[in-house]
Amino acid sequence: MSFVEYGDTIKDGDTAIVFLGHESMFPVKVQHGTVTQTKYGVIRHSMDLIGKKYGSKVTCSKGGWVFILHPTPELWTMNLPHRTQILYSTDISVITMMLELKPGSIVCESGTGSGSLSHALIRTVAPTGHLYTVEFHQQRAEKAREEFREHGVEHLVTVTNQDVCKNGFGVSNIADAVFLDIPSPWEAIGHAKSALKAEGGRICSFSPCIEQVQRTCLAMEEYGFTEINTLEILLRVYNVRTISLQIPDLGKTAEDNSSTGFDSSNPSNQGSPCTNLQQGTVQFKSGVPLREMVGHTGYLTFATKS
Amino acid sequence: GPRPGPGPRICEGDCAVLKRDDVFKAVPVLRRRKIIFEKQWFYLDNAIGHIYGTTFEVTSGGNLQPKQEVEETTTETKEAGTDNRNIVDDGKSQKLTHDDIKALKDKGIKGQEIVQQLIENSTTFRDKTEFAQDKYIKKKKKKYEAVITIVKPSTRILSTMYYAREPGKINHLRYDTLAQMLTLGNIRAGNKMIVMETCAGLVLGAVMERMGGYGSIIQMYPGGGPVRAATSCFGFPKLFFNNLHEFPLSKVDSLLSGTFSTETLPSEPEDNALVEEESNGSVDEKQTSMQETEEESTTATTMEINQTDEQETMDINAEDVEFKENKEKENKENVREKQRKQWERRKKLIEAAALLREKNADGLIVASKFHPTPLLLSLLEFVAPSRPFVVYCQYKEPLLECYTKLRERGGVINLKLSETWLRNYQVLPDRSHPKLTMSGGGGYLLSGITVVLDKGKSDSSNLEALKMEEPSSKRCKVQDLHC
Repeated sequence: MSFVEYGDTIKDGDTAIVFLGHESMFPVKVQHGTVTQTKYGVIRHSMDLIGKKYGSKVTCSKGGWVFILHPTPELWTMNLPHRTQILYSTDISVITMMLELKPGSIVCESGTGSGSLSHALIRTVAPTGHLYTVEFHQQRAEKAREEFREHGVEHLVTVTNQDVCKNGFGVSNIADAVFLDIPSPWEAIGHAKSALKAEGGRICSFSPCIEQVQRTCLAMEEYGFTEINTLEILLRVYNVRTISLQIPDLGKTAEDNSSTGFDSSNPSNQGSPCTNLQQGTVQFKSGVPLREMVGHTGYLTFATKS
Repeated sequence: GPRPGPGPRICEGDCAVLKRDDVFKAVPVLRRRKIIFEKQWFYLDNAIGHIYGTTFEVTSGGNLQPKQEVEETTTETKEAGTDNRNIVDDGKSQKLTHDDIKALKDKGIKGQEIVQQLIENSTTFRDKTEFAQDKYIKKKKKKYEAVITIVKPSTRILSTMYYAREPGKINHLRYDTLAQMLTLGNIRAGNKMIVMETCAGLVLGAVMERMGGYGSIIQMYPGGGPVRAATSCFGFPKLFFNNLHEFPLSKVDSLLSGTFSTETLPSEPEDNALVEEESNGSVDEKQTSMQETEEESTTATTMEINQTDEQETMDINAEDVEFKENKEKENKENVREKQRKQWERRKKLIEAAALLREKNADGLIVASKFHPTPLLLSLLEFVAPSRPFVVYCQYKEPLLECYTKLRERGGVINLKLSETWLRNYQVLPDRSHPKLTMSGGGGYLLSGITVVLDKGKSDSSNLEALKMEEPSSKRCKVQDLHC
C-alpha cells in the first residue's frame, strides 16, 4: 500500500481505514502483534488484517464486523488527526482542477497544516511531479514529514519549515501551480510569483473572509496576475429516504377515491410514487437535504501568471 | 533548480483554445483558415510560433498581432461625480453617431483609440461616479478592443467551455461537478479505470489528463463506437492512447455470463456490416455512418492529430466543410488501411475483454444520458474491492433508485448522493458581491466504495445496512415536516 498506488492485500506497516458503517471510520496503522479496539470488539492485526484483501469484511471479537479499506487521500481527509482546520474534498476537487494539476506538475503549497490537501496534491502529481510545502510551525512540519514517510510518499514531497511570507517557498522558477492557505496571503503573492515558472502557471488562494480576498486580489493585480477569479463551492448531501404522505380525507365516497389523481395501476417499482389507498398514504423516494450543512468554508481565488 | 525553458509554443496542427474574457472556443491551428469567434473573423497564421497564453489583437485583414502592453495614460487628474441625481437619460449624451463610430472602425483605428474618443464625446462621463466611469470603460473596451488570448487546452478550460457553449452535449455536467468526480474517483497515474460516458469524450479526456499516460482506461461505449470529439481537443500525446481501450456496452452481458468469445466475432470483411447495423440501431443519433464511427474509434490508436482533430472539433467549429470533403476522399482511397484498422480494432476488443475479465479495475466513472442503475449493477462487477466509483446524472431521481438497488445488491459502502453549488464573486475595492447570476444546476453524483461481496449472507446483512441507513425515527421526522 501507498497513498499513490493501490495494493490488493493488507501488509505490515500499512495505513488502513477501519469502516464501522454510516460514515463512522478511523485510520489504523497495521502492525504485527497489535490490537485495535472497536465498538464491535477487538481486531487482532496479525490474524484479522495482515494478508487479507482490502475491502474485506473483518469479524471482531464480539461478533460484529467492520470493513477494512485501502487508504485514499479522500478517506484520509475524513479521518486524519487535526492539527489545524483542514480543507475538505469538495474544495480540494475544485482547487486541483482549476490549478490544472496532473502527473508531473510541480506544486508549491503553504501552509502544510494537517496535510489534508497535501495528500491530494501528491496523489495527483505522482509519479513524476513534486510538492514543495512550507509550514512555519516546526512541530506541524515535523509531523507532516513523518506522515508522508509512513504513507510511502516522502519521495514526492519536500517539507520546509519557514515563514512563506518572509522567506518564500525556497524554490524559484520551478512551479506550475501555487496554493496558499494562510492568514495573510497577500504578503506571499510576490514569493508565489517567483516560485512559478518563468513561462507562467496558476495560483490559488483560500481565505474564509472577504476582506482577505480583497487584499489578495489587489496584490495579484499588482504582481501582474491575470484571469483573477473568485468562487465558492458548496456541497449539498442528500439522504435517500422513503417518504409516505397521507392523503387528506375530503369526504369522498369509496368510488370517487379511484379518481384521486394517483396512479394506483403503476407497478410499485422504485422511484415512482406508490399509492396505498387503504391506508390513505402515498409513498415515494426522496433525496432529503441534511438538516444542517456546511454553508461556508472559504473563498477560492484563482489567477494566472502568463 | 532546472533552468526555465521557454513555454510551450503554438504549433501548426495543435488544438488550441481561443479566449476572450470568459468565452472559450477550441480550434485546430491551421494556416490560411478563417476562424470566426465572438463576431470576429481572423486567421491563426501569425499566432504560430508564439508562446501559449499570448494575447493578440485582431488587425485589418484578419491578422493577429501580439498585443503590446500599453501603460494606461491616466496621468491627468480624474474628475468624477458623487451620485447620479443630475444625470438624465436623454439619449443624447454621446456626441458621436453610429456612422461616426463605423467610420472610425473602417479607417482601421485601434479599439483603444475609439474607446478614448467615446469617453471624450460623452457629455455625462465626467459627472458619473468613479465606479460608473470604470464600468463604462470596461464595457466599451469589451466591445471595441478586440483582443484574443490563445491558451493551451486543459480540463479546466474545456469543461468550462463545454458547459457554457454546449451543455446539452455533456448532459449539463458542470465543471465543478466534473472536478468532484475526478477526486471522488481517486483518479491518478497507474490506475486501471473503467469509464462509461456520453459527454462527447470530455470525461474521458479529464480522466486521461489526470492519469498522465500511466495505467489503463477501458471506455465502455454505446452504439457503434465511442465519441471522443472533446477528447481530441486536449491534444494529448500519442502515448496516452497506447493503453486506452474500448468495449461495447452491448457485449457486457455476454462477457459477464461467459458467453462472450472471440469466435463469435465476425472476421474482417463482415465486421463492417455488423458495426454499421449496430450503429444504426443505436440510440445515439451521432453515430450515423460507419465512417464517422470508424474515425472516432480509431482516433486513439492512430492519433494523427493534424487530421483527426479538425474532424473531431467539427461540432465546435461548424465552418470547416472543405476539410471534411478532403477527408472523405482520403478515406475512399484507403480501403486497405481501413481493413488494417479493423483488424486492429478487433484485436483491441479482445484485449479490452481480457482486461475486464480480470475484474480488478481500480474504479468506475459513469456520466451518461442512460439510466444509471443497469450500468452500475453490471459494470461494478469488473471493479476490485475497496475502490471508489462515481456516477453522474443530470437528474436526482434515477440516482435515488440506483442508491436503493445498490443497497439491495450489496458489495458497496459509504454511498453518498450529493450536488455542488458554485458561486462566482465580483471582487473590486468597495464593490465586492456574489455575481448576479449563478448556474441553476450542474447535475448530481452518487459515489461509494466497493467491498468484497459476501454472497452467502448478503441478504440479511443488507437488510441491516438498509435499516442503518434509514432509521425509522428520522423517517418520521421527515414525514412530519411534510405534513
